[in-house]
Amino acid sequence: MAFMKISSPHATRSGNTGDVMKQVILACLPGLLALSYFFGPGSLMNVMLASATAVACEAAILKLRNRPIGFYLQDYSAVVTGVLLGLALPPYCPWWVVVVGTASAIILAKHLYGGMGYNPFNPAMVGYVILLISFPVEMTQWAAPLPALEEGQSLMSFSGALQQIWLGIPIDGYTGATPLDLFKQNDTLLVNDFYQAESLFATGHFAGAGWEWVNIGFLLGGLYLLWRNIFTWHAPISMLATMFVLSALFYDGGSSNSAGSPLLHLFSGATMLGAFFIATDPVSSAVSTKGRLIYGAGIGALVFLIRAWGNYPDAIAFAVLLMNFAAPFIDYYTLPRTYGHSNSRRATEKSE
Amino acid sequence: MTKIWSIPGGVHPEENKSQSLQLPLGEISLAEELVYPLNQHIGAPATAIVEVGEQVLAGQKIAEAKGMISASIHASTSGTITAIEDRTLPHPSGMSGECIVLTPDGKDSFAKFETCENYLALDHDQLVAKIREAGITGMGGAGFPTAVKLSPRANNPIDTLIINGTECEPYITADDTLMQTQADDIIKGTQLLAHMLGNPQRVVIGIEDNKPDAIKAVTAAAAGTAIEVVSFPTKYPSGGEKQLIQILTGKEVPSGQLPASIGIVLQNVGTTVAAYEAVRFGKPLIERITTVVGEALQTQRNIKVRLGTPINHVLAEHGFLPKNASRLIMGGPMMGFALENENVPVVKATNCILAPGKKEMAPPAPAQACIRCGMCAEACPASLLPQQMYWYAQAEDYEKLEAHNIKDCIECGACSFVCPSNIPLVQHYRAAKGTMRQQAIEKEKSDRSRLRFEFRQERIAKAEAEKEAKRVTRKKAAEAAKKKIEAQKASGETPAAGNDLVANAIASAKQTQASPEEQQAKLERAVSGAEGRIEKLQQRLSETEADDQKAKLTAQIKQAEVKLQDAKTKLANFSPTANDSNATATNSNTDANDPVAAAIARAQAKMTMAPDEKLRSNLESLNKRLQKAQDKLAAAKADNADTVDALQSGVDKLKEKIATTEKELAQLPTPVAEPPAPETTDAATAAIERAKAKAAAQASMSPEDKLRNQLTAMSTRIEKAQSKLVSAKADNADTVDALQMGLDKMFAKQQTLRDELRQLNPNAPELNDANVKAESDNNSAKNEQESSETPAPVKEPDAATAAIEKAKAKAAAQASMSPEEKLRDQVASLEKRLEKAQQRLSKAEAEDDENIDAFRAGVEKTRSKLEQTRAQLEES
Repeated sequence: MAFMKISSPHATRSGNTGDVMKQVILACLPGLLALSYFFGPGSLMNVMLASATAVACEAAILKLRNRPIGFYLQDYSAVVTGVLLGLALPPYCPWWVVVVGTASAIILAKHLYGGMGYNPFNPAMVGYVILLISFPVEMTQWAAPLPALEEGQSLMSFSGALQQIWLGIPIDGYTGATPLDLFKQNDTLLVNDFYQAESLFATGHFAGAGWEWVNIGFLLGGLYLLWRNIFTWHAPISMLATMFVLSALFYDGGSSNSAGSPLLHLFSGATMLGAFFIATDPVSSAVSTKGRLIYGAGIGALVFLIRAWGNYPDAIAFAVLLMNFAAPFIDYYTLPRTYGHSNSRRATEKSE
Repeated sequence: MTKIWSIPGGVHPEENKSQSLQLPLGEISLAEELVYPLNQHIGAPATAIVEVGEQVLAGQKIAEAKGMISASIHASTSGTITAIEDRTLPHPSGMSGECIVLTPDGKDSFAKFETCENYLALDHDQLVAKIREAGITGMGGAGFPTAVKLSPRANNPIDTLIINGTECEPYITADDTLMQTQADDIIKGTQLLAHMLGNPQRVVIGIEDNKPDAIKAVTAAAAGTAIEVVSFPTKYPSGGEKQLIQILTGKEVPSGQLPASIGIVLQNVGTTVAAYEAVRFGKPLIERITTVVGEALQTQRNIKVRLGTPINHVLAEHGFLPKNASRLIMGGPMMGFALENENVPVVKATNCILAPGKKEMAPPAPAQACIRCGMCAEACPASLLPQQMYWYAQAEDYEKLEAHNIKDCIECGACSFVCPSNIPLVQHYRAAKGTMRQQAIEKEKSDRSRLRFEFRQERIAKAEAEKEAKRVTRKKAAEAAKKKIEAQKASGETPAAGNDLVANAIASAKQTQASPEEQQAKLERAVSGAEGRIEKLQQRLSETEADDQKAKLTAQIKQAEVKLQDAKTKLANFSPTANDSNATATNSNTDANDPVAAAIARAQAKMTMAPDEKLRSNLESLNKRLQKAQDKLAAAKADNADTVDALQSGVDKLKEKIATTEKELAQLPTPVAEPPAPETTDAATAAIERAKAKAAAQASMSPEDKLRNQLTAMSTRIEKAQSKLVSAKADNADTVDALQMGLDKMFAKQQTLRDELRQLNPNAPELNDANVKAESDNNSAKNEQESSETPAPVKEPDAATAAIEKAKAKAAAQASMSPEEKLRDQVASLEKRLEKAQQRLSKAEAEDDENIDAFRAGVEKTRSKLEQTRAQLEES
C-alpha cells in the first residue's frame, strides 16, 4: 500500500501564526485598560472600529487577489494592525480618520507589497503617519486624562463619545495636549517649575497624569510576550536603553532648555507601545539578534532626536518607518556566526 | 564533574520514548525473502560476488566493498540466492537499485567465524581490515563506512574519541536498549576503538539525561577504566555529530571538514559494539537493534532484526493496521524519511520503523506566509538564519544562500519544527542545496572547457609567433645571401670552369652537406619537435573523451615516441662522430668540420691501395660492423625492443655483403678495372671515387660513347635506387622521401641523357627502354602519396651522389655546347627545378607539413641560382 510522502521533520510544534497574533492582541489589554480608565471609552471604540475596518479591507483585498479569505483571516494579522492603530490614534477622533488610516494600513502598506510577510513597513505606522500628515488637527487633539480634569468634569460618557466620533459634535474642555506636546512648548521655565505649573504633570507622578500608567500597561503586556517567547528582547530593550542614555545625556539638570528627563521619555507618549508592539514587528524589522539590537537602537535614537529637536512631539511612527527602510541593509551586515565558521559573513559576499 | 558546553538553538519535541521500552528486546521470525541493497552506505555500491542459484550460509559475504569508501554485505541467514535485480530502496526518493535477494532455507546455518582472543595485540591495519571485512558502517543513521573513519590521516592525530549514545531523536530507543543490554560490549568496543586510534587522551561516552537506565548500566561497566561517561540535558539535536562534539569538548568542527581535522573521532554505540563483535568474534554486520514504534502498531518495542528483512514482515509481526497509519517512517520523526511503500528491507542504518497514528502525526497543515518571526533562527543549532534562507531559496538567489552558509545546514528540522506558519523549511533547503550542487558541477565543467579553450588559443598564438619569427630569420638570411651573390658578382668571380668537374661536384656536395653543427642542430630540432608532438598528443589525449579517438591518439603517440627514439639515437650517434671528425680535423689541414673532406681523404687512401688490400680492409670493416650489429641485436632482443626485426635484417645484409666481398677477394687475380663499388663504405666516398674515375675515363671518350656509358650507369643506378626505395618503404624508414627525390632526379637525368644521345645518334639502342621510366613514374607517384606524411631528413650521401651525378651529366652536356647554350640549358633546368620546388612547397603548405621550411629554403636557393645564371647569360 502507498503511504503519504512527507518530508521530514514529521513532528511539529503545536501553534501557528494565528496563535502568535492572538497573544499579541491579548498583551494589548493592560494598555487598553489603562487608556480606558484615564481617557474614557474613546480608545476602545477606536480599536473596535479599526479592527473591523482592517478585517473588512483584508477580506476585500483577498477577494480581489483571489486568495482563500478564511485561511488568511485566521492569521489575525489584520486584527493586530487594526488594534495597534486604534491604540495609537487619539481617543474620540472622527470615525473617518480611523477608517482612512486603517484602510491605508491594510491596502497600501500591506497588500500592495504582497500581503502578509512581504510588507517592508509596519502597516499600522504607515496608516498613522498618513493620518498625521493629512489631518494634523484631528491627530493632535488628545483627551484630557482623568486626574487632570477640572472641577465638575467627568470622563466622556459612552453616548457622548459616539456623538463626537460619528457626528463630529465637539464637547469643550475635554481636549488637551499630550505631556510631550506641552513639554515641547516650554522654553522658559525650569523643568521642576514647569511640572508644578502644568496640571497634567502636577497631577501625575513622573511622566504626566494617566500617560505613565498607559505606558506601564504596555510594558506589562510586552513583558508577557517576552515571557511567552513571542519575540526576543533585543529590539525593545535596545530601543529603550538608547532612549534612556540619550535623554539622560541631554537632561542637563532640568533647565528650561532641557530635552526632558529619561522617565518622561520612557513613560510618556507611545514609547512602550512602540517598543514592545511596533519595533518587535518581525516582518518589517531586522532578523538577526545583532541586527535587532542595531534596529532597536536606531529607533530609540531617532525617537529622541525628533522629540528633542524635531517638529513633532512624539516620533515613534517616523522612527520606526525610517528604520524599516534600513532593516534590509542591517540584515546584510549582521549575519550570525555559523557553526564551524570563525567569523560571521556578509550577505553581500560573493562566492569565488 | 565533566564540563558540559551548551549548543545554540535546539528544540524539545515530545520524547515519546517510553512506548517502545515497555517490552524487552524481542526477536521476530524469519521472513520468506531477504533483500540486500548493494548500496546501503555512503560511498560506492558493493559488487555482488554471488550468483543466482548459489547456496550461501549466514554470515557469508555476498557483496564485496568496491573502492575505499564502500562496505561489504553479508547474508543474514542461510539459503539460496534467488535474484540479483532492481528493487525499491529504503531511500527518501523511493528510487530503485540493485539488490541481492535471498530465499532462506530455514536452517539458519552459519559460516565459521574467525575469532580472535588477543585482538589488542593486532596492529592497526589488521584491525581495520577485520572491521572492513565485516562490512560495518555507522549505525546511527548516516551509514558511513566505519573502517574509513578509523583510519584518519596521519597529519590528524586523534586526541578525543567520543562514543555517541545520545539518541536525541524522539521515539527511538534502539541505542538505549543496546546500552542497557550490552554495556560491557560497548566498553570493550570503546577500548578497541581507542586502541585503534592510538589511545586518545580523552575517551568519552555521551548519553542524554533522559536515559537513566542506560547511563547507570554504562557507568557501571566503565568503572575502573579511563572511559568517561557523561550525561547532559536532553535537547534535540544534541546527538548530531557536530553538536555532540560541541557539547562535550566546546570545539566546533570547521565548516566543510571532518571531526578528525580537530583531532576528534565520533562513533555511535551500535557501531562500537558491531566493531567489537567483528574483531573479537569475526561476526559480520548481519543484524541490528531497531525500534518498531507508533500508534498504528499493536506491539511497540525494540527488536533484534536480521538485515534484509522486509519492513512489511516486521510490521506484520507487530500488528500493523495500515488504515490507522498517517504515514510510515524509516528513522525518527525529525530526520527520518517517509516510505511510500512498506516493501523495502531493513538496512544497516535502520534504527527505527515508525508507524504513527492519524492523530499522533496529523497531515501537515498548509503553509502560511513567513512573518520572519525568527523562531527558526532561535531553534537553529548551526546559528543560521532559516527565515532569510527560505526567502532566498524561494527567490532562487543561490549566491545569497551561499553567503548565508546554507551548506552548514545539517537538516535537523528544528526550524520546521518550530515554524508557526508550518513552512517545510528543510525541504526548501534540500531542494536549493541540490540545485546548488548541480550548478557547481556544471560550473566546474564549463570552467574546464573554458580553460581548455584559453590554452588552445595560447598555443595557437605561440605557434604563430614562432612561425613569424622563423619567417623573419629566413627573410634576413635570404637577403644576406642575395647580397653575397651580388658582391661576388661585383668582384667578378665566376664559377669554376667546366674542366674541374670533380671539384665542382665536391663543392656542390659540400653545399648540400651541412656542417656538423647544423646537422646536430637539425637532429636536436627533430628531437625537440618529436617531444613537442608527443606532448601535444598527450594533452589532446587527456582532453579527449571519446574512446575511439583515444585509441587513435594513443597510436599516434606511440608512433611519435618511436620517432623520438630514432631521432635521439641519431643525435647520440652523431655527436661522437662529429667529435671524431673534429679531432681528425685538428690534425689535418683540410676543412676542419667537413665530413666530406674526411671521406675524400678516405677514398683517396683507398684509391692508392691495391685492389686486394682494399677488399681486405673492406672485409675487416664489414666484420667489425657485423660484430657491432650482432651485439646490438642481442641487446635489443634482451630488451624485447621493437627494433629487433630491423636489426636482424641489417645483420643479415651485412653477412651477405661479407660473403660477396670474400668471394670478390677470392676472384681477385682476375683483373678488375673497377671493383663493384662496395656499398659498405661511405656512399659519398664511393660516389666521389666513381665520379673521379669516370671524369678521367670520359676525357678520352667520344661524346656518344660517353653518353652511352652514362646512360647505362644511370639505368643501373636507377634500378639500385628503386630497390633501395622499395626496401626503405618496407621498413617504413624515414629516408623514403630522400630516396624518392633522388630517384626522381635520376629519371630526369636519364631523360636528358637520352635526349642528348638522340641528338648525337637517333638509333642508339639504349633509347628503347623508355617504358621502364613510365612504369617507375607510376611507382614514384604512388610512393609519393604514401610517403608524403613522413618527414624527410635529407640523407646526405644520397643527395651528394645525386649532386655529383648531376654535375657529371652537365659536364658531359657542356662538353658539346657553346657557353651560351650551356647557360641557357642551365636556366631551363633551373626553371624546371624551381617550378617543381614551388609545387612541392605549395603542397607542403596545404598540408601544413613540418618540412615546409626546408622546402621554402630550397625554392629560395633555386631562385637565386636561376637569377645568377640568367645574369651570366645576359653578360655573355
